[in-house]
Amino acid sequence: MLKIDNLHARIGDTEILKGLSLELGAGEVHAIMGPNGSGKSTLASILAGREDYEVTQGSISFDGVDLLELDATERAVAGIFLAFQYPVEIPGVSNINFLRTALNSIREQREEEPLSGKDFLAKVKACAQLVELDGKLRDRSVNEGFSGGEKKRNEVFQMAMLEPKLAVLDETDSGLDIDALRIVAHGVNSMRGADRSFLVITHYQRLLDHIVPDFVHVLAGGRIVHSGGKELALELEEKGYDWIVDAEAAEQA
Amino acid sequence: MSASEENPLLDEFTRKEYEFGFTTDIAADKLEPGLNEGVIRLISSKKNEPEWMLQWRLEAFRIWQTMEEPDWAHVNYEKPDYQAISYYSAPKSKVPLGSLDEVDPEMRATMDKLGISMEEQKRLSGVAVDFVMDSVSVATSFKDKLADLGIIFCSMSEAIQEHPELVRKHIGSVVPVKDNFFSALNSAVFTDGSFCYIPKGSKCPMELSTYFRINEAGTGQFERTLLIAEEGSYVSYLEGCTAPQRDENQLHAAVVELIAKDDAEIKYSTVQNWYPGDAEGKGGVFNFVTKRGICEARAKISWTQVETGSAVTWKYPSCILKGDGSIGEFYSVAVTNNAQQADTGTKMIHLGANTHSTIISKGISAGNSQNSYRGLVQIGPRARHARNFSQCDSLLMTDTSGAHTFPYIETKNPTAHVEHEATTSRIGEDQIFYCLQRGLTEEQAIGLIVNGYAKEVLNKLPMEFAVEARKLLTISLEGSVG
Repeated sequence: MLKIDNLHARIGDTEILKGLSLELGAGEVHAIMGPNGSGKSTLASILAGREDYEVTQGSISFDGVDLLELDATERAVAGIFLAFQYPVEIPGVSNINFLRTALNSIREQREEEPLSGKDFLAKVKACAQLVELDGKLRDRSVNEGFSGGEKKRNEVFQMAMLEPKLAVLDETDSGLDIDALRIVAHGVNSMRGADRSFLVITHYQRLLDHIVPDFVHVLAGGRIVHSGGKELALELEEKGYDWIVDAEAAEQA
Repeated sequence: MSASEENPLLDEFTRKEYEFGFTTDIAADKLEPGLNEGVIRLISSKKNEPEWMLQWRLEAFRIWQTMEEPDWAHVNYEKPDYQAISYYSAPKSKVPLGSLDEVDPEMRATMDKLGISMEEQKRLSGVAVDFVMDSVSVATSFKDKLADLGIIFCSMSEAIQEHPELVRKHIGSVVPVKDNFFSALNSAVFTDGSFCYIPKGSKCPMELSTYFRINEAGTGQFERTLLIAEEGSYVSYLEGCTAPQRDENQLHAAVVELIAKDDAEIKYSTVQNWYPGDAEGKGGVFNFVTKRGICEARAKISWTQVETGSAVTWKYPSCILKGDGSIGEFYSVAVTNNAQQADTGTKMIHLGANTHSTIISKGISAGNSQNSYRGLVQIGPRARHARNFSQCDSLLMTDTSGAHTFPYIETKNPTAHVEHEATTSRIGEDQIFYCLQRGLTEEQAIGLIVNGYAKEVLNKLPMEFAVEARKLLTISLEGSVG
């Protein structure tokens, strides 16, 4: 469903991705791990269509469509969701109004009827329960005054509302205590299914205890340098990244 | 990404024509350009005014001749040639109109185009409308219903004929003729406006509404509004405007006076959408307005304004808090785009003890515009325990626009409590991207963010007006992030 081939990207004069290739099948959960500055968040931003990055080479196809031809809105409409590492505050705009606008905008662009108020609220209730988001947070301004954990839960709540085909979780575990981590993971796990794929970007193995991936990839120096099953995460936790990065360097040399 | 060439939406917006830019072809009864005593006598006699009114105008004209146009505001424009303006233009229908059916069909069509047809207003919102096209009111509705409560709501011309004692007693009592250059000019040449009188203890059951509209090319618009709320009464007044497209500048120098007697409350809401000129600012309206209210004991005046139009705006709706325990409020959203310039704010003059004032100002600057907040909080020596809270926020949509804040605080009583907060922020690319990622279009994203930013003020508007104002904000800023 997602095929990234030899992707090169830069911001300004700095090349960050240097030939990244990755393939995700429908219903699969892939984890991307890697040291700081390896390009993990850049990958997430590029998938979501952030224009600060320039793709200089390579391709991304999503469900057979050239993703690089779509703008950020069109990608959301196509079913891509990014759970932000740093969710943005929008003062004065209630969470619920924001989501309703988003949901109905997507439906309109898909030439679907807008959701009725009743159906929308029923959906809100179900999705909010999934991540134990209480009524106050639903009615408050988007992310304004939310704690770190509340912001991340809100991201997963929005994901549940928008039902994407591909969800990219950018360090969703950062800043979470263990209880919040469990809640967030539960929300994500409840959404796993045959027609939904996840790309879980994380620094730490502990998230992967809760969201068990089908595949784990190591991103270093702008490329995927190693791939394996879920046990790779444990190995990385134990040994760090250096052995892989060094091995890769040796191979290159 | 910052330069406009990188944002095709910005270009598209800048080229977008003013949506309400059309003119109505109605035969008008219009004076030749120029201003002298003869012109003032003519205006007064055309309106069949009593002698005292004429004398008042002539005195104002003499005062105006000794004054100079102010230039302290943070705006730049070519001063109008006051001798090139025609000071009177009235639609030709002379016979007073009994019903809407008698209104000139073309004028009706104009109202329809604006989406504010009288029937619609009557049917949908229960709002009494005193519609002012050019300088003379052409139709007034709901008058009978209001009359039952002793409420007078009519054009200023009519008030001068029917209620001369009320007009004579109050006109110029809040904004003296010599207050400023534009108030003196208005006093000399005003042609019409609205008059409203709420008797003691009366709560006006509906929002009173006036739609202003400049229509005649080269005609100055000098509205005069006088609103008197007697003891313990309440009224909510709405004022909204659009104007047709013009190549030459149009001057709008209105004066609004509010009088709130003991325990009375006046809510005055404005949506201002005069023609802002083209992308270079050519042809837009000059909006030089003096608005002021006076509060007696425990009275309250609340100004709410949404300003999106005009090439140049110079406007400071103010409150004189004369009575003990009186309250003044000012809620403002001012949007400037392209070459627009706005210098707007308020004056809160605390004279009485325990007087409170609140100022919430939200400026939004886009394109190459300049947007200034200018506000004065003055605490007099007798104003024990006076309190003010001011919050002035500025939002920049582009890096070629400017936001300025000029707060003045003068305190002559040590028990006063004055707070001032100010912020300036740039509309976040992060905020926009977050919205886009959730499936919103750029227009929707800007609309949502800006309306969220201005929410505190928009919430103060009556419901129907708030809806209109939200749309207006979104339309005014479409594609304007650079």
